Amino acid sequence: MTRSELIVRLAARFPQLTAKDADTAVKMIIDAMIGSLTRGSRIEIRGFGSFSLSHRPPRVGRNPKSGEKVEVPEKFVPHFKAGKELRQRVDQRD
Amino acid sequence: MTLTKADLADLLFEKVGLNKREAKDMVEGFFEEVRVALEQGEGVKLSGFGNFQLRSKPQRPGRNPKTGEEIPITARRVVTFHASQKLKAAVEATGHGDKR
Repeated sequence: MTRSELIVRLAARFPQLTAKDADTAVKMIIDAMIGSLTRGSRIEIRGFGSFSLSHRPPRVGRNPKSGEKVEVPEKFVPHFKAGKELRQRVDQRD
Repeated sequence: MTLTKADLADLLFEKVGLNKREAKDMVEGFFEEVRVALEQGEGVKLSGFGNFQLRSKPQRPGRNPKTGEEIPITARRVVTFHASQKLKAAVEATGHGDKR
């Protein structure tokens, strides 16, 4: 499912709203989630999961082509942990 | 300051002009559509944010950390998330807030 398919499915779920409302809502939700992580705030969606940042300390890497040493500064990377309901629904064996 | 479904619903109410009920249902619908897709074995690609994929893991040996007893961890299907380049780049320089 792509972002545009998600918009179509949401528009079908809410017949009283326009497709443009669904489109705007998806954009706002995604932008708000990016904004929150960018500020260093985690996201917690009950039944879905949580997004947080993990810290990567600075390290000395190597340019694989030249073998030259490169200082890689510390950084943060996004991390997702699936919530209980999502975990269970995805793992139903039938 | 953690972002929650209530925060997202407030945003849709204030900025998109949905009523409170619609805003709450839209946020719930957003995450439910993603869950339904994943549950049906369909990966989800949200451009600008990231991709949710499914991985099937085989059974592997495990241990009860309290008793030391060996118990197998059963085969399972799990969700993995890969952040988009856009999200990774936005977050990389973040140096404050709760860093978990």
